Amino acid sequence: MHIAVILRIVPDLAEELEIAENGTEIDREWIGLKLNEFDDHALEEAILVKEQTGARVTAIALAGDGAERQLQTAIARGADDATVVKHDLDGAIESRTAAHLLGPVLRKLGVDVVMTGVQTPEDVFGQLAPFLAGALDWPVLNAVNGISVADATMTINQEYSGGYSARFAVKAPVVLGIQTASKPPRYVSGSKLRQASSATIEAATSELPGGFVPQSVSKLSEPERGTRARILDGKAEQVAAQLVDLLAEQGLVGA
Amino acid sequence: MKILVYIDLQNGVPTSLSRELVNGARGLVGSGGTVDLALFGADASVAGDLGADRILHGAAPSDYTSARHGAWLDRAIDESKPDLVLLGYTTSGLDLGPAVAMRRDLPLASYCAAVRPGDGTVEVDSSIYGGKLVSTVSAALPAILLINAGAFEEAGASAAGSAKIVELAAPDAGAEASISFIAASTPDPNAIDITKASRLLCVGRGIGSEDAIEEAREAAELMGAELVGSRPIVDAGWLPKERQVGKSGRKVKPKLYLSLGVSGAPEHIEGMGSAEFIVAINTDANAPIFDHAHVGAVVDVADFLPAFKEALGKKAG
Repeated sequence: MHIAVILRIVPDLAEELEIAENGTEIDREWIGLKLNEFDDHALEEAILVKEQTGARVTAIALAGDGAERQLQTAIARGADDATVVKHDLDGAIESRTAAHLLGPVLRKLGVDVVMTGVQTPEDVFGQLAPFLAGALDWPVLNAVNGISVADATMTINQEYSGGYSARFAVKAPVVLGIQTASKPPRYVSGSKLRQASSATIEAATSELPGGFVPQSVSKLSEPERGTRARILDGKAEQVAAQLVDLLAEQGLVGA
Repeated sequence: MKILVYIDLQNGVPTSLSRELVNGARGLVGSGGTVDLALFGADASVAGDLGADRILHGAAPSDYTSARHGAWLDRAIDESKPDLVLLGYTTSGLDLGPAVAMRRDLPLASYCAAVRPGDGTVEVDSSIYGGKLVSTVSAALPAILLINAGAFEEAGASAAGSAKIVELAAPDAGAEASISFIAASTPDPNAIDITKASRLLCVGRGIGSEDAIEEAREAAELMGAELVGSRPIVDAGWLPKERQVGKSGRKVKPKLYLSLGVSGAPEHIEGMGSAEFIVAINTDANAPIFDHAHVGAVVDVADFLPAFKEALGKKAG
């Protein structure tokens, strides 16, 4: 089994997001970037499958800020090799465009399972895993939260809302949108990271099919502030005391 | 205008989100339009009271598989020829929507919170970046929309039996050969049912470390609440799955919901937005949770928790 894991770098939502002057995207100049958290789980799940079966894991990212570093980190975590996909696009790349760029590379690499995170904070035009499935004409399962493999058949757990889930027997090829790895993503030591910093990242080049026009955002705005919370002022001790008084008045603390 | 709504089933009946979508579609098409439902794997009568004009029915096995429903949905789109296909932003919506959009080269918008049809186009507002920003997108019809829970009101039952039932021809079975259903699992009846608790203390990513869980548990005990968590906390293995609130966890409606370090992404709000009294503690003054909370404070959870425990102790004193 040859697994490709697609990694994406996204804005860190813990930081303040500012709308760029053009009014249709966020200002990426100063924003902190990080690995998409669901891709982090996808990488972990791929490595877990590798440990169970000996599968080969190739980490793949579209070229862009921080991409090569993330690929080196993926090697430090256990990926066998990594490929950065060069292209001639600027800025954030939406999922369908990404699927068009990645599809031919995945075919050429000869992978038979593709894993990526189920969503990103900014995939407003749809999610990568099902677009890749459409591009490759493979089946897809999203919201995957566990994979085990026996005799070339994967048993895949798919999660639904309200605590429901179902298990499926799945034969490759398939695209999987990973929600949660079977175990929390592993810690990588500094020495492993340093070792991987000299790992070779393969390069591939891809371009969009002729005539393809990506969808675009017409406006980005702050959400309407409806009934904002009443804010309790002061330091933590003062806030805590006010809150306990307020809850006690309403009979919402204690027995 | 003609809208096709994909019906998600849980325990064999349409989900509340599917009911919302049908009601929303009814409003969008107006009096001259048509609402078709795509219903696969259950008797057509389960959607008889949703208020659609037609039920495009696929006599599929009751177990959902993405490949099978994808093939049936293609049949339904061929039959309906809709201007808009609405799916919930759910697991099946994710499986089916973008894949169909790619195959048919149709535009798609996700996380839709508001939908405004125009002349040959549709404009939607989508909640992105964890609910911190709204993206307005315009798409030419026909288009596919993945709709967030709460974008439309849920309709009450309408007169059953008024929808015309159209049996779809079965798609080629080849499409589903590589995915076969094994078994479904439902919430563990022996595990704690957090939907029954009247007070919940919810911890989110902002609590910082696993060590803070124990402190939060003590605070929950002091206030007579159950401890629950948002998805990142459960994904990290810090709390068990049955204590997860949100889209992929449980939907709760307690008298008190105290959230500590929860940002308030739409997926979380879907699970707790109708709690009676919501308190939010977060260091980020712009966190969307403050738009849903009744009372809040911009302080660090690490500072708040010990102070809160002490204040609770004094009150109980």
